[in-house]
Amino acid sequence: MSSPASTSPSESTVSKDLATPRWLEPFALLGPAGIWLGLMLVIPALLIFELSLVPGIRPGEVVNPSGLENYFQIFREDVYRQVVWRSLGFALGTTAICLALGFPVAYFIAQMVPKKWRNLVLVGFVLPLWTSSLLRSYAWITILRPTGVLNSFLTSLGLPALDILNRPPAVFIGMSYSLLPYMVLILYASLEKLDRRLLEAAADLGANPLQSFWKVTVPQSLPGIAAGCLLVFITGLGDFIDPELLGGASSMTMARLIYNQFLGVTRNWGFGSALSMMIVLAVSLAIALLLKYGDRSSANL
Amino acid sequence: MSQTAMQNRRTTADTGFDVELREVFKFYGSEPAVRGIDLNIRKGEFFSILGPSGCGKTTTLRMIAGFESPSAGDLLIQGVGMNQTPPYRRPVNTVFQSYALFNHLTVAENVAFGLRLKKRSRREIEERVAESLKLVKMEKFSNRLPAQLSGGQQQRVALARALVNRPAVLLLDEPLGALDLKLRKEMQVELASLHRELGLTFVMVTHDQEEALSLSDRIGVMNQGKLEQVDTPDCIYEQPLTPFVADFIGDTNLFNGKIEGYHPNMLWVTTDRGLKMAVRPCDRGNAPTSGRVTVCVRPEKIGFSETQPTNSQVNWYEGRLRNVMYLGTHVHCQVQLQSGDYMTVRLPNNPAGIPAMDSLVYVYWPYQDCLALTSDLA
Repeated sequence: MSSPASTSPSESTVSKDLATPRWLEPFALLGPAGIWLGLMLVIPALLIFELSLVPGIRPGEVVNPSGLENYFQIFREDVYRQVVWRSLGFALGTTAICLALGFPVAYFIAQMVPKKWRNLVLVGFVLPLWTSSLLRSYAWITILRPTGVLNSFLTSLGLPALDILNRPPAVFIGMSYSLLPYMVLILYASLEKLDRRLLEAAADLGANPLQSFWKVTVPQSLPGIAAGCLLVFITGLGDFIDPELLGGASSMTMARLIYNQFLGVTRNWGFGSALSMMIVLAVSLAIALLLKYGDRSSANL
Repeated sequence: MSQTAMQNRRTTADTGFDVELREVFKFYGSEPAVRGIDLNIRKGEFFSILGPSGCGKTTTLRMIAGFESPSAGDLLIQGVGMNQTPPYRRPVNTVFQSYALFNHLTVAENVAFGLRLKKRSRREIEERVAESLKLVKMEKFSNRLPAQLSGGQQQRVALARALVNRPAVLLLDEPLGALDLKLRKEMQVELASLHRELGLTFVMVTHDQEEALSLSDRIGVMNQGKLEQVDTPDCIYEQPLTPFVADFIGDTNLFNGKIEGYHPNMLWVTTDRGLKMAVRPCDRGNAPTSGRVTVCVRPEKIGFSETQPTNSQVNWYEGRLRNVMYLGTHVHCQVQLQSGDYMTVRLPNNPAGIPAMDSLVYVYWPYQDCLALTSDLA
C-alpha cells in the first residue's frame, strides 16, 4: 500500500523533467515513418495516378491528363483482359496452394513439435527465403525443363515425361515455393497461440477431432489465415520473376506487362501506370474484404 | 491393454455408481501423478476431490473426462469401461477452470455447441439453450461475445454450456477458483441449488477446503497421488484418518508423540516435548494402540482461561499469550506452552475477554476432543 503512494510523486516529477508536450508525442512517434512514406509512397503513387490519365505518353513528353482512356484500354482489348484474369488466377491459385500446403505444416510445428525444436524447424522452413529469388527460379528451370531433374527421375521410373516448363503449372510451382514460407510463418504465429483448452472443451462437448478442427481450430486461426492469404495474394499479384522465367511467352502477367510499358520495347508509361493502379485497386479490395469479414474474429484476438 | 478393454466391456452391470475408479494409476514418464486410486462415486452425489496443488486431483478429473488415459487400472462411467473411450464419446461434460469459452462464438452459440454437434433440431436447440441460460441467469446475455463478459458471467456460461447437454456426470475443475471471494460465495450457493434441482452427479476438484466442506455430499482428500480419506464433510473434519487430512482441513494443533498407556476408549500419550495428555483413540480404521502417533486438537475445541482449570477430566497446560489475530467473526490466539509448543486457540469475537499480551494463561480441552492418528513419521 505504501510503496505506490511513495513512488507516484516521483513519477510525476520525472514526466515533468522530460518536458515533452503531450500533443507533440504522436508527431514525434509517427514523423519519421510518415515523412518516409509520404516521399517514397504517397507522392509517387499520386504521380503514377496522374500518368495513368495520359494516353500513350512516352518518356520525355509533357504530362497532360486527359481521361480514363488507358483504363478503358485494359478492358477493351481481349489480350489485356486475359492478362488481368491470368494474373488474378496465378495469385489466387498460389494463395490456395500455399494455404493447403502451409496450414498442415504450421499446425504441425505449432502444436506437435516440442517447444525447444520449434524455432529450428521454423528456420528450416524459412531457409529458402535466404537465397535470391532469381536463383530459386533458375533452380526450378533446371528441375522442370524437358531434360531436367524431374523428367530424368520420371523416365528412370518408366513414367512419361512432363512438359510443364513455360506453362502455367511451372508458374504455380515457382510462386508457391517462393511464398509458402511467408504463409507458414504467419499461420504459425496464429496457430501457436491456439488455446489447446478450447480443443479439449470441444472434445468434451462431443466434437470428434475433425469437427474440432473445423469448428474451433479454423475459426480461431481465421485472422492468421486471412493475413497469410492476403500477404501471399498481394505478393503473388506483383510477382514478376517467376512468371517471367518459368511461365514462358504464354504466361504474360500484369507485372510483366507493366515492366514492358516502362522499360521494355512497348514504352507506354500512361498505360503502364493504369495497369499499376489496377493492381493497387485489386489489393485494396482484398484488404477491404479482410477488414470487413475478418473483423469479428480479429476483434477477439 | 486389450485384455482390460475386454473386461471393461463385460462389466456393464448397473452398480449404482456413476463413476468408478479401480486401482487407477497415472504416470508421466516415470513420475507418478496418481498412485492407485479406488473410488466409487454414487449417482446424484456431489463429490469433491480436495487436495493441495500437485496432489493429482486434476489429473484424476481429466482421466474421468477422457483427456488423460489411466496408465493402469480401470475407469468406469455408469458401469461402462471408459479406458479407451475418447472424451467426445463420454457421457460427461466439464466446466473448465479457465472456462475455455469459444471466443469466436456468442454466448448462445457457445451453449448450443454440444447440441449442434448432436444434430438436434433447430427448435430443440433454441429451447434448451434458452432454458439453460435461464438456469444460470444469463438469458439476457445470449448475443454477447465471451470477451464482453465478466469472469463470473463467463463462469455461468461455462456452466450452462456443460449442463445443456444433460450429462450423466458434470465435472467441475476448480470452477470458482478465479472468482473473488464474494462472487465465489454467491456461486457456491448457486452450485448447491443447481445440484439439488438437477439431481446430477457432480464431481468437483478444488483446493479450497471450505468450498468442499460446504458443497459436497462426500469429499475425497488427495495427497501425493493417493486418496487419504473419502468421507462426508463432517467425518472428514471431526474424524480425520491421517495427520495430513487433519492438518489440511481446517486449522489444527498437531503434537507428535508416543502412546504410553492404553484403555478401550482412552490413550495416554507423551509428546516429544514432554506434554502428557489423555486422548480419544480413532474409532475407525486400524486405530493405533501403541507406537508413535500424532495428536490433533481443533482450535475451537480448546478452552482458555486465566485461572487454573479445576476439572481433572481435561488436559490442561500453562502457557503465555504470544499473539492475537483478529479475524472478524472470531479471534485466533497463539499460546506458547511451557514445553515450547505453540497452540492456536479460537475464541469468539469478544475483545474485552482477551488478557494482556505475554500474560499467564491456561488452555484446556476434554480428552474426547482430541484424536490420536497413526503418525506419518512412524
